[in-house]
Amino acid sequence: MPEPVPPKDEGAIAPTGFGASMDLATSDGETVEPAGPGDRGPDERARSLWSDAWRDLRRNPIFIVSGLIILFLVFIAIWPQAIASGNPLSCDLAKAQEGSQPGHPFGFTSQGCDVYTRTVYGARASVTVGVCATLGVAIVGTALGGLAGFFGGFWDSILSRVTDIFFGIPVVLGGLVLLSVVTSSSVWPVVGFMVLLGWPQISRIARGSVITIKQNDFVQAARALGASNSRMMLRHVLPNAVAPVIVVATIALGTYIALEATLSYLGVGLKPPSVSWGIDISDASKFIRNAPHMLLWPAGALAITVLAFIMLGDAVRDALDPKLR
Amino acid sequence: MLLEVRELQVEFHTRDGVAKAVNGVSYSVDAGETLAVLGESGSGKSVTAQAIMGILDVPPGRIAGGEVVFKGRDLLKTKEDERRKIRGADMAMIFQDALSSLNPVLTVGAQLGEMFIVHRGMSRKDARARAVELMERVRIPAAKERVNDYPHQFSGGMRQRIMIAMAMALEPSLIIADEPTTALDVTVQAQVMELLADLQRELNMGLILITHDLGVVADVADKIAVMYAGRIVETAPVHDIYKAPAHPYTRGLLDSIPRLDQKGRDLYAIKGLPPNLTRIPPGCAFNPRCPRAQDICRTDVPPLFEVDENRRSACFFWRETLDDV
Repeated sequence: MPEPVPPKDEGAIAPTGFGASMDLATSDGETVEPAGPGDRGPDERARSLWSDAWRDLRRNPIFIVSGLIILFLVFIAIWPQAIASGNPLSCDLAKAQEGSQPGHPFGFTSQGCDVYTRTVYGARASVTVGVCATLGVAIVGTALGGLAGFFGGFWDSILSRVTDIFFGIPVVLGGLVLLSVVTSSSVWPVVGFMVLLGWPQISRIARGSVITIKQNDFVQAARALGASNSRMMLRHVLPNAVAPVIVVATIALGTYIALEATLSYLGVGLKPPSVSWGIDISDASKFIRNAPHMLLWPAGALAITVLAFIMLGDAVRDALDPKLR
Repeated sequence: MLLEVRELQVEFHTRDGVAKAVNGVSYSVDAGETLAVLGESGSGKSVTAQAIMGILDVPPGRIAGGEVVFKGRDLLKTKEDERRKIRGADMAMIFQDALSSLNPVLTVGAQLGEMFIVHRGMSRKDARARAVELMERVRIPAAKERVNDYPHQFSGGMRQRIMIAMAMALEPSLIIADEPTTALDVTVQAQVMELLADLQRELNMGLILITHDLGVVADVADKIAVMYAGRIVETAPVHDIYKAPAHPYTRGLLDSIPRLDQKGRDLYAIKGLPPNLTRIPPGCAFNPRCPRAQDICRTDVPPLFEVDENRRSACFFWRETLDDV
């Protein structure tokens, strides 16, 4: 329901308002058609798809909860020192596997590192990988899928077959094969791998979306009024076609974070000295019987993070495409 | 002559074979003149317009022959780059459904302003000012306040005015209006037509009015071209046609207009259906539906006979049709 918003300008509304439209003749005798009641009520202001979506989102508790979790995650990813004063890499073997104690609420790992500090610092790797992989996938996928959908023809067929091939590659197996040859411990090989395997998903969606939008009259009209191909694409097709891409990309962000943990767990994702929940889960899994706290904290953090992004994706989808609800 | 279409042929390659959508159409429009192109859906009137504008989808469409001479220059032999500069600036098009012809994510001001930015290289601010002027010119109340509204916030008639404003923005010498009032209700139709006619007079433009509404035509057109199955079957000054049609198809169209003095009687309808364009019947395409058809109509394609200086009819029996009032 639209919330009551003060009208922009009472005077401006009068000529097209409902009451005035009863009288079809304006002062100079020229007739003007009635504007219609839904045309511009007093409680309406200029709205676009995006401002509509934003209004829906603000009222959605799922969005608020997931948004707060994600804001917090981003905050500690950028600035982990704010809530964890220790060093995630300074470990004391004497305290290995010990439980909770003052100053160390989550206990210690098998190497004697502080679990709390490592869990906090682990957010950085997860968020970095998730955000970078999603951005990369969204940009590459939209560009390729969008171009193929817009121009169609030969290159479109080629691209569609290429995406089919990529869809056939099992992600974990592909990761084991491709990433096992990488020695760097930074996040970039993992991000690169995710973009490589992830773009076809977005590209398919972008292509379909662009093909649908391209058939709209306004694209034809823009062409008839002299718009160039690039202008039609960037200004008329893309802004209308991008909503489904955003929805899928947001949901995918959660799965990329989970995938990073999976690959790190298998030893082909991030590697020590990087701090990652996946690495910690992998280390802790061997001691699950005698020291379950070592597993529970990073695993819990991972689960909450993935859940938060998937919830956010759901909320965004509801807001941008109410028909899918 | 501002625009001369000579023997234009357009084909569509479909699964069922080659559809000859436009089969040797010739017509011309002079500055300040209004040509109404009349015909049922599928008669090729819109396709002819798209070919003139150069916005035909190729493939599946293909211009198989003919000339489109605009200001002494054959557009079909002009490079796409230059045609794009002509579109919008020197010839523009108005579409049937203004809601779908306007980009839903851009404000009307942005879309109107785009004309000046694309073709005149104006700054965003100047373009915005011109957009308001244009909206005032097409008599949109409170233009200044509404320039930042989105298309869906306007009523149908107002949207069509905005489409007209976009087409008029750069004062082109030719406007093609493809059923500009079909999507509007009757009272608004008259106002929009009047506006179009006023602006045309003011700017001394040539206007091609594509329609299937004979009522709209009578008031504004100077001459009429009636199309059937991709051919012109009759061209004449507007009054001559209403007085006495020289082609049985035109006769049928005129007889199917509901009239007050025939209240209570059944409305006349031309029997049968327009032909499938992939299988146009031999001889005169209208012969299976024609009350006057003779053997010659089933074997020979009638040429355009000269009825008088300004009038042509593609019927072997135009004399008899004329006399049969």
